[in-house]
Amino acid sequence: MDRRRIEERFFQGLMVLSSLVIFLSLVLILVDILVKGLPAMNLAMITQGPKGGFYLGKEGGVLNAIVGSAALAGGATILSFFLSLPVVLYLNVYLRQSSRFSAFIRFSLDVLWGVPSIVYGAFGFTLMLLFGIKASLLGGIIAVSLLIFPIMSRAMDEVMKMVPRELLETSYSLGATRLEAGLKVVLRQAMPGILTAVLIAFGRGIGDAASVIFTAGFSDHVSFSLFRPVATLPLAIFYQLGTPFPEVQDRAYASSLILTLIIVGISVFTRLITRRFRSYTIR
Amino acid sequence: MFLVTAFAGLLLFVMVLALYLKSRPILETKTLGQLFLATSWSPSRGNFGFLPFIVGTLWVTLAAVVIAVPLCLLTAVFLSEYSPRWLREFAQPPIDLLAGIPSVVYGVWGVIVVVPIIKDHLGPRFGSYTTGYSVLAGGVVLAIMIFPVIIHISLEVLAAVKFEVREVSLALGATRWQTVKHVVLRKALPGIFAAVVLGLSRAFGETMAVLMVTGNVARLPHSVFDPAYTLPALIANNYGEMLSIPLYDSALLLASLILLLVTLVFNAFSQVILARLSRRVA
Amino acid sequence: MGLKIHIEVRDLDVFYGNTHALKKINVGIPEKKITAIIGPSGCGKTTLLKSFNRLVDLAEDVRYSGSILVDGQDVLAPGVDLTAVRKKMGLLSQKPTPLPMSIFENVAYGPKIHGVRNKKRLREIVEHQLKEVGLWEEVEKRLDEPASKLSVGQQQRLCLARGLAVEPEIILGDEPTSALDPISSKRIEEKFLVLKDKYTIVIVTHILRQAKRLADYVVFLYFGEVIEHGPAEQIFANPQQQLTAEYIKGVIS
Repeated sequence: MDRRRIEERFFQGLMVLSSLVIFLSLVLILVDILVKGLPAMNLAMITQGPKGGFYLGKEGGVLNAIVGSAALAGGATILSFFLSLPVVLYLNVYLRQSSRFSAFIRFSLDVLWGVPSIVYGAFGFTLMLLFGIKASLLGGIIAVSLLIFPIMSRAMDEVMKMVPRELLETSYSLGATRLEAGLKVVLRQAMPGILTAVLIAFGRGIGDAASVIFTAGFSDHVSFSLFRPVATLPLAIFYQLGTPFPEVQDRAYASSLILTLIIVGISVFTRLITRRFRSYTIR
Repeated sequence: MFLVTAFAGLLLFVMVLALYLKSRPILETKTLGQLFLATSWSPSRGNFGFLPFIVGTLWVTLAAVVIAVPLCLLTAVFLSEYSPRWLREFAQPPIDLLAGIPSVVYGVWGVIVVVPIIKDHLGPRFGSYTTGYSVLAGGVVLAIMIFPVIIHISLEVLAAVKFEVREVSLALGATRWQTVKHVVLRKALPGIFAAVVLGLSRAFGETMAVLMVTGNVARLPHSVFDPAYTLPALIANNYGEMLSIPLYDSALLLASLILLLVTLVFNAFSQVILARLSRRVA
Repeated sequence: MGLKIHIEVRDLDVFYGNTHALKKINVGIPEKKITAIIGPSGCGKTTLLKSFNRLVDLAEDVRYSGSILVDGQDVLAPGVDLTAVRKKMGLLSQKPTPLPMSIFENVAYGPKIHGVRNKKRLREIVEHQLKEVGLWEEVEKRLDEPASKLSVGQQQRLCLARGLAVEPEIILGDEPTSALDPISSKRIEEKFLVLKDKYTIVIVTHILRQAKRLADYVVFLYFGEVIEHGPAEQIFANPQQQLTAEYIKGVIS
């Protein structure tokens, strides 16, 4: 009898320990980034681009990367949205829940979700070769939108699936076409969830380096041109860390802080949206 | 709308096809043995031995899984079986946050925290000299990166086990741990296995963080303190020279194809298990 | 009365969140008799039953006060050995719930978790209990098959065998036959009548006829309060309270 009690206590202790390790690792990472990044942080980091010889120790900031990342992730999110929305609408409004085709599509999306980002980069690269596109903002947008497409679709699908069928049927009985019902009723109901899906995808897109390393190139300038190479925050961090100069490495920490804050900000924002809009949806 | 959906369904095949076509040149020039069993990698001399990278990736991935699985399972069981609802809900945001932190940031953290600890403390304690950039560093960082996947899916699987079954076991006089061990885990096993495989697949394909902490030396590692060079790191590091050396681009795209196929198989396998489980519950 | 009380409930209050599920319950369950707890659905019968073996602890946000004395020991006291309490009581639930194991392992589970390791002993226990509930001939050739393959009636008998295998003193039945077909129900009822020689049995039931068939003692619970309790013949023939009379006549559901 006592043996069981000991076993129980032992595993309980082990479990609490494991949970603590996991949560502590999060805290540790955030704290370390903060501690290392804050001292190196100054206004110039976000308001200026690198000034000549940036990677050799001269001054400047990462404005080029901030703007570049925003443009790239933004562009990719928009492109991906225009791909995801039709798919999700088709799956939920036009197809029956039990159709084999929809099961196949969902399965494909789930598998695509797990494909490593570098593979998307490589594939994007082959597309670029095919169309004669050089390493540029456009190349990056193509690769990243493919990367975030499964993420966005899956998240949107989850939300749409929760919209009660009766809502659709009521619309039909009032004379709406499937498209009208889909867009006006279902979308509206699912809006906060869709917004969240878009934001999550954006967050993933802005933080990814492997997909842009071949496809977007890098640049010291702030540029909005689709056909010129563009700087991204993740790559900026990577290159800064790779130099032998401590001042530049410090800038890597500051840039990491900026990127992390963006991600945390998005995360908090999505949580607020979900909470706030919970009262507006019909259950 | 149908067209876009069809596109979604075909995307996987298109990707496999495209990468395969691009890998053709090197597949035609070299035998599979020369590619996958050779350890020498010097593209300028025409040597494309992938073995160090395959083995390196396996070492790092396994290290990550060995570290992550026990921690994640214990935590998932704790949250599912021993915690009140508020604690479970409270635990979700941190886990989601861990999942959202970008790979480079993990890499930076790995470089400033994990690598020095291995170099100055762990290496010497086990009697080996190491720069810190090692399989172990990669394993630790990767493990943290796959915590969210394994925990999230394990929690879902555990929640799917019906409450009555736990009640029965407890009513017979079992302790909570006995109930977990003999009843709950037994029912949840396939799903947990799927969770681990998904975690493994994620670890296998991870690029930036691993690249930054494993040292990138193309040799077969002999201990966890040795450096390793993973397939994703190989691809990411060398895209620049890709087009200047003959067959190099084909080789790197072959590496990408391998990555794609491996993760595809692992993911498909897990998704099938999970789909079957959810059908049983529904 | 001359009845020996096996379970004595004193001033039991149970709250689920803000809902007052059981209100100052005071009742005694006689030893080695069948006691039926009757009353409308949702009025706390299951809660009362689950308080006996502390399974009520598993609910979210539950609070209780009072005491339940079994063989002189207060089951609700903090620090009491839950596994020992629960071993004393076997619970048969409404929905037959076989464990995800073979037929053999289901019955052997109880003894195993309490430390019985000897394979021969386990086989003896399994065979004995399966015979007790009348399942042995039907399953002896397929003991290693998953228990889920049995019919619902067989599963419920399996659950009974499983519960008896830990050698409890008290059997608790939560509407034990309501999910079963008439023949299986009859078998379980017959089993209870035989078992009461050795065990104290408490069953919750909303089937009045079943209570009349089986009960020696009746407790009438109405929305968390004990309205009346006493020997079965007395309650059914001559109820003292009006609510009881109305319920028995079938006015209240």
